[in-house]
Amino acid sequence: MKAIESPGLTEATSLRAFMEDIIERSPADETEVLITEQDGALTRFANNGIHQNVAERNATVRVRVVKDGKTGVASLNQLSAEAARGVLARAIEIADLQTAGETVPLPGPAQAATVNAWFDRTANATPEERADFVGAICRGAARHGLKAFGAFSTSGGQVAIANSKGVFHHHRGTQAAVNTVVMGDAGSGYADRSALDVASLDGVELGEEVIDKAQRNQQAEPVEPGVYEVVLEEYAVGELLEFMSYVGFSALALQEERSFMRLNERITGEKVTIWDDGLDLNGIPAPFDFEGAPKQRVDLIREGVAVGVVYDQQTAAREHRQSTGHGLPAPNTEGPYATSLFMAPGSVDKSRLADGIKRGIWVTRFWYVRVVQPKASIITGMTREGTFLIEDGKLTRPVKDLRFTESMLEALAGTVALSSTTKLQASEYFGAARVPAVRLQRFTFTS
Amino acid sequence: MAALDAAQVQGASYADIRLSHRVQQDLIVKNGRLASVSDDTSEGFGVRVLVDGAWGFAGSARLETQEVEEVVRRAIRIARASARVQTTKVVLGLPVTSKGNYRTPVVRDPFAVPLSEKVDLLLRADAAMAAVAGVTVREGSMEFLKDRKVFASTEGAFVEQEFVESGAGVEATATNEADFQSRSYPNSFGRQQGAAGYEFIEAMRLDAHGGRIAEEAVALLTAPQCPSGIKTIILDASQVALQIHESCGHPTELDRVFGMEAAYAGTSFMTPDKLNALRYGSREVTITADALSPTGLGTFGWDDEGVPAQRTYLIRDGLFVGYLTSRETASVLGQASNGTMRADGWNRIPLIRMTNVNLEPGTSSLGEMIAETKDGVYMETNRSWSIDDKRLNFQFGTQLAYEIVNGKRGRMLKNATYAGSTPEFWNSCDAVGGPAEWRLWGLTNCGKGQPPQLAHVAHGAAPARFQNVRVGILK
Repeated sequence: MKAIESPGLTEATSLRAFMEDIIERSPADETEVLITEQDGALTRFANNGIHQNVAERNATVRVRVVKDGKTGVASLNQLSAEAARGVLARAIEIADLQTAGETVPLPGPAQAATVNAWFDRTANATPEERADFVGAICRGAARHGLKAFGAFSTSGGQVAIANSKGVFHHHRGTQAAVNTVVMGDAGSGYADRSALDVASLDGVELGEEVIDKAQRNQQAEPVEPGVYEVVLEEYAVGELLEFMSYVGFSALALQEERSFMRLNERITGEKVTIWDDGLDLNGIPAPFDFEGAPKQRVDLIREGVAVGVVYDQQTAAREHRQSTGHGLPAPNTEGPYATSLFMAPGSVDKSRLADGIKRGIWVTRFWYVRVVQPKASIITGMTREGTFLIEDGKLTRPVKDLRFTESMLEALAGTVALSSTTKLQASEYFGAARVPAVRLQRFTFTS
Repeated sequence: MAALDAAQVQGASYADIRLSHRVQQDLIVKNGRLASVSDDTSEGFGVRVLVDGAWGFAGSARLETQEVEEVVRRAIRIARASARVQTTKVVLGLPVTSKGNYRTPVVRDPFAVPLSEKVDLLLRADAAMAAVAGVTVREGSMEFLKDRKVFASTEGAFVEQEFVESGAGVEATATNEADFQSRSYPNSFGRQQGAAGYEFIEAMRLDAHGGRIAEEAVALLTAPQCPSGIKTIILDASQVALQIHESCGHPTELDRVFGMEAAYAGTSFMTPDKLNALRYGSREVTITADALSPTGLGTFGWDDEGVPAQRTYLIRDGLFVGYLTSRETASVLGQASNGTMRADGWNRIPLIRMTNVNLEPGTSSLGEMIAETKDGVYMETNRSWSIDDKRLNFQFGTQLAYEIVNGKRGRMLKNATYAGSTPEFWNSCDAVGGPAEWRLWGLTNCGKGQPPQLAHVAHGAAPARFQNVRVGILK
């Protein structure tokens, strides 16, 4: 197939013809073809120099067939005609080896919104541009006697899905992300940025933030663990939402009684409103899911009340309702997943969030968060690269990183204030959250 | 070979190429029905070059001559860009010229075993769980993997390897309005996996254990909470394996020590000034990195730099004596690589990864440890795990626990957790189980690197006992 649109990506019309050819050849009752393709690069730096620098092109074609009530799935990362025949044959072979069971219904045709998430300058970013961007961060750190570490990535990708019921959707998007830790002899700071358009990443502003944080976070002394009033920066709040999504925002978790969501009950403070919106360009948009269902906006928590969860084809069918467009690639036993999260901002300038706190903790980011008790929404993790003591509304000194063990719902029940601005936090693996910084009345540090 | 020649012509002082063809089959049986079967194939190549002492790497799935040429040009251009922001030039040490073939020993090729046989075993285990009242979700899974790799370098190395892995596990979940408890067998994280054929699955006897874990999951709902306090704890072998992974495996990775993972996975408290000086653990604690252990997921012929598999000491009789190294990092210490560089597929560069990092067997046994303990908690099968970015401050939770009172196992306890600091914890180890209770535990979810990579690693472990540990951490 001919690659024309950007380095490494296949033309959309060629993709469509390729997918329709598989569907036409298929002897199955229902056939679905999902293609994901990406051309991306990442420049990594440590000790003020680039130490790893990589690029890759890859594409995967995934075929799901339903034949006589039996499902088979196969995938291959080649887009040749021979590969198409092979992957279809393997999916049919897998289906034929099974006994009939419950099948996941494929969606029919429905209009998905068109979202322009593509920026040529991100897709075409060169290794020299990435090197110069991180070089500026490294030189800035060196000027202050510090060392910079981090990674800067740029990528362009596309997703296309077609099925034998007439569905065809195609979306392409770009993403640029940079994260950096700057270290001194006795402490470090952290900052990151994500955007669809690489030109909107401001390396100077990023460098100033992380160097300032690193300089303030030197010679940290311990504080006693315990319950503190806290301010969580957007880095920490983004991770909190990601874990809420993982543990509780899926219809499957609710159906299997694993979720902390108690629909139509107040579960957090009334200042908390969270939703998922795959069409909002302020996040990282995806107009349809990996089953071919258009994305719907889903309100999850509205003014503290649990109001909804996200659905895929299977969980929706069980409740005789429509998918909200949050399905993952087949075969999937994990259930749907909310990947385009938003948390409503408040009205307080971030610099004033600590005002009035007698004695509290300012947290830059979390690290190694894990679920301890899912139904009680209890998680544990560490603070990292910028934990400060707040005394009489001021950040008075850095403190040694602390371990927290806390219920996410109980913490958010004590939401005192949210910043008036929000920040996009890309997930380490999948999706993103746009969140404000928050001030919470009680947060438990256990060591 | 044309790719390597092209790289040299374009200015590379060193280049290597890896081709990989990986097939993975996954099966899941959930609540009495086959919920998914999939076959996934990934193939491609990656070219790594050194130009002016700086690294560049590019990979592609398109196995075409023109694409190979393009990928080499891309890798060279990337390396030249790296050289624009360089503080020290990479030194690899002595050339590596390995040649040969390696294949995972397999009795039954898992890809030749009929799908019906695999599904039938999972359904039998599911039926055993379903027979227990109160179980709300049942799941069983298998994974099989075959990876054919070829590695060649401009130094003359040329090795071909074929790896086969087989893994399986079952899990029962019980819920009520307030709680949700799961038990799994043989391990958590979905399954236990080994470098072996289908015989590895048959030996698990999944169907014989389904009923037991289901009963335990239901019983946990009404079990008392693990008390808070300072106790003696005894960990089952699988939890010891995870403890090794997080608190010894990762901090002895020399790239972490040198800051190469600082912005992501973190650094390490085990800095070079502590080498041969830090009393890491008690004399009961000897930990090796052994890439030769049979059935280990970290077992191979050569690593992804062509360095031969070997067995080295990390901790010897409690003393910190060695790192996991690569050619680049070992050179900094004036050493040769001990062969731990592995990549998660053709499209990733190799990183220092654990091989089989094993706590060598001791002389005790689980029964003896319990009999010798007056006031303690026995904990089994990991449920949650978290550790700081220097690998010191940790907190783990297990699915199941029992109180130990006056040398006897007492009541079942739920939501057991323990926490500590790495050297203090390992120095409190006063007993390790013997060879009869020692086995390798395969982990397939070890994350590291940017872009993220998942490594398959293993840990040999037996039950072990630790004194004066903080347990029952509550919010």
